[in-house]
Amino acid sequence: MNKIQGRHFRAEKFDFWSFFFSGLTGLATLLILGILATILINIIANGCQGFSWHFVSTIPKKDFFDIKTTGVLPMIVGTTFRVLVMTIFVIPVGVITAIYLTEYAPSNSFITRIIRAAVNNLAGVPSIVFGLFGLGFFINFIGKNLDVLLHNSSAVWGQPALIWASLTLAVMTVPVVIVATEESLKAIPPGLREASLALGATKLETILKIVLPQALPGIMTGGILAVSRAAGEVAPILFTGVAYYMASLPTHLSDQFMDLGYHVFVLSTQSPNIEQTRPILYATVLVLLVLTFALNIVAIIIRSNIRRKMRSLH
Amino acid sequence: MTEISLPRIAVADAGPKAAPSAPFIEIESLSLFYGASKALKNISVTLGEKVVTAFIGPSGCGKSTLLRCLNRMNDLIDSVRIDGAVKIGGHDIYGPDVDVIELRKRVGMVFQKSNPFPKSIYENVAYGLRLHGVKNKSELAAAVEKSLQQSALWDEVKDRLHSSALGLSGGQQQRLCIARAIAIRPEIILMDEPASALDPLATARIEELILELKKDFTIVIVTHNMQQAARISDFTAFFYIGELIEFDHTAKIFTNPAKKQTEDYVTGRFG
Amino acid sequence: MENHFEMGLDALRQKILLMASRAETAVNESVQALVQRDYDLALRVREDDNLIDQFEVEIDEMAIVLLTKAPLASNLRLVTVAMKVSQNLERIGDEATKIAKRARDLAQEPPVKINLDVNRMAGLSLAMVKEALDAFVHRDSAAARALIPRDKEVDALNKEIHQQLAQHMMANPDTIARCLHWIVASKSLERIADHAKNIAEEVVFLCEAQDIRHPAAKAAGSAPG
Repeated sequence: MNKIQGRHFRAEKFDFWSFFFSGLTGLATLLILGILATILINIIANGCQGFSWHFVSTIPKKDFFDIKTTGVLPMIVGTTFRVLVMTIFVIPVGVITAIYLTEYAPSNSFITRIIRAAVNNLAGVPSIVFGLFGLGFFINFIGKNLDVLLHNSSAVWGQPALIWASLTLAVMTVPVVIVATEESLKAIPPGLREASLALGATKLETILKIVLPQALPGIMTGGILAVSRAAGEVAPILFTGVAYYMASLPTHLSDQFMDLGYHVFVLSTQSPNIEQTRPILYATVLVLLVLTFALNIVAIIIRSNIRRKMRSLH
Repeated sequence: MTEISLPRIAVADAGPKAAPSAPFIEIESLSLFYGASKALKNISVTLGEKVVTAFIGPSGCGKSTLLRCLNRMNDLIDSVRIDGAVKIGGHDIYGPDVDVIELRKRVGMVFQKSNPFPKSIYENVAYGLRLHGVKNKSELAAAVEKSLQQSALWDEVKDRLHSSALGLSGGQQQRLCIARAIAIRPEIILMDEPASALDPLATARIEELILELKKDFTIVIVTHNMQQAARISDFTAFFYIGELIEFDHTAKIFTNPAKKQTEDYVTGRFG
Repeated sequence: MENHFEMGLDALRQKILLMASRAETAVNESVQALVQRDYDLALRVREDDNLIDQFEVEIDEMAIVLLTKAPLASNLRLVTVAMKVSQNLERIGDEATKIAKRARDLAQEPPVKINLDVNRMAGLSLAMVKEALDAFVHRDSAAARALIPRDKEVDALNKEIHQQLAQHMMANPDTIARCLHWIVASKSLERIADHAKNIAEEVVFLCEAQDIRHPAAKAAGSAPG
């Protein structure tokens, strides 16, 4: 065994601190992984019992605590819709705000700093506060006034609805999109902007044709983060759109909807028989997880497609 | 006064003046401020048409700043203020009625770091044309080919026009940037150390290209490489701390400069 | 794409060839004036020397401008060698002028009755100049190397002519002044061959990057590298 060559390059002394800290960081990582694995295994193992095609494709009756007849189709549809509608609002607003902040706002001016601080604080507000804000602003202010204007004061918009829940979620997640977009805009080499401007492009043309296409993957990342956060949130939709029970699927933006997260809450607090409901509860949680993953994966696939396109062609 | 015969290498009297052939770019007592600090001090010089003029000088002497005055790229910096005038073909480009977009169409620019857009080779060259309203497909294709020919890149890329420009080598990318700049047929091309990031072979190709391009374009180039200035330029301007120290024929600047500062700089004795 | 620096080198080479043909003509005509006792021709050769001097100045200027562009390796050698070649050509022109001066003086006096092989010597020297320049143009170091020993032949001829003239002077003291003119003219022809040899040595340096001048000094110095 010839290890002489290697030995010369090794530290002579056993370095305790280096060993200690590498051990500590490793343990911390293991702990996180362990917790995650426990949760996932628990959910998957227990969730499989109640999980079936019938379960995900059935609109349940009013009494949805019976494992044999219940289903979660309206909840899947509701959660998916509210997330998609949120995305439609949050991406443009977030992106335009980020473009303003990085490209147009005078850097380091008082107003710019105020806006930035506001965006950061928005991210720290508890989600139930957003729910109350949605109720007060969207439903009672905007919705009621819309009804006065359009529907002769009959309640169409001035009540909890898919659109208000989605908008509330959009307000909650817009900081994520702004920050992610800003970061990706800043990461674009200034040389590209200069090159475009030097060719006689206006600032707007430069942003639309050079900057935004480049920033698209970063914007998508912001979108993915927003979707992930929004899909599991219950508090913001509590007062703004979710229904305890609906006999049919939502078809209109002014409809209320059922939601997987809220349904989990309902199942665990309103059930007449906890033991009997438990398999349904687990299966619903599993569906929520799968749905969140699915939404994420779709977004990730789109993003990597854009990246590949950018790298190879155009 | 009696006539005196000039010595063979005419010794112009001290001071930056020596006006070349046909005056084309006239810089008249131009000063530039970054906030309170004065980066260019009262610069007056006249550059000729279809010649290569080199700006040389130590880092921070203002040569790049002056270059960027010629297509108003300094406008992008909020704190910049300018005194004096820059006339191109007799028109003050800082006049109130000047369209900066139109100006940049006439005065192209190539940067130190090659900066092709993350698009195809074809789209890079077509970018400026599309901006300025060329939509006809065959017209675009012809202009793209001509520009790539002129920048000596056509033979290397004609079979992969629609693959990404980022797949090209550094030297090819810089020639693509030149093709992109000349595609919109500017009158002037500004080059800010266009070969400083390239290997000697790629540098030589860029230099040859510049010598070819001066048949059709007026070229102003900033360079840190004395020999490069000597190889490619007809006139050379030497700057030091925001001042134009000397302007003359390149051969004169590099064999017998009038000012001691110029001599010290070109011989490497500076500072 | 043509290389602009190469174009500059070409122009320099062309200029040297023009200068060389001028110098050759000068030597030819001066020898002709000497042998045929042509007074007018001798005067003309002296006037034309200005042109050759002018060439040298122009070639130096071109070379200096080329040197500012930092040529390297064989290009660098070509430019420096060009300057030395032009200098040698200028000297050849000077020697032709000297011959012409003697031809002018001799033409005004009665001929010396002696059979000198000046034509052969002139032929040899001129051939060396011509071949040295051919070697320069074609970068032919073998031809240049072959040329160098031929300088000895011219030296020998020169010595022979000197002896002939010395004997003639001793026998006919009244011809001493005229014979001295002949001695100077012969010496000039020998110098022309020397310059041709110098050019050949420069050509070898140009082609092989090897300095073959002064082998003795080289050995004694033996500097590193």
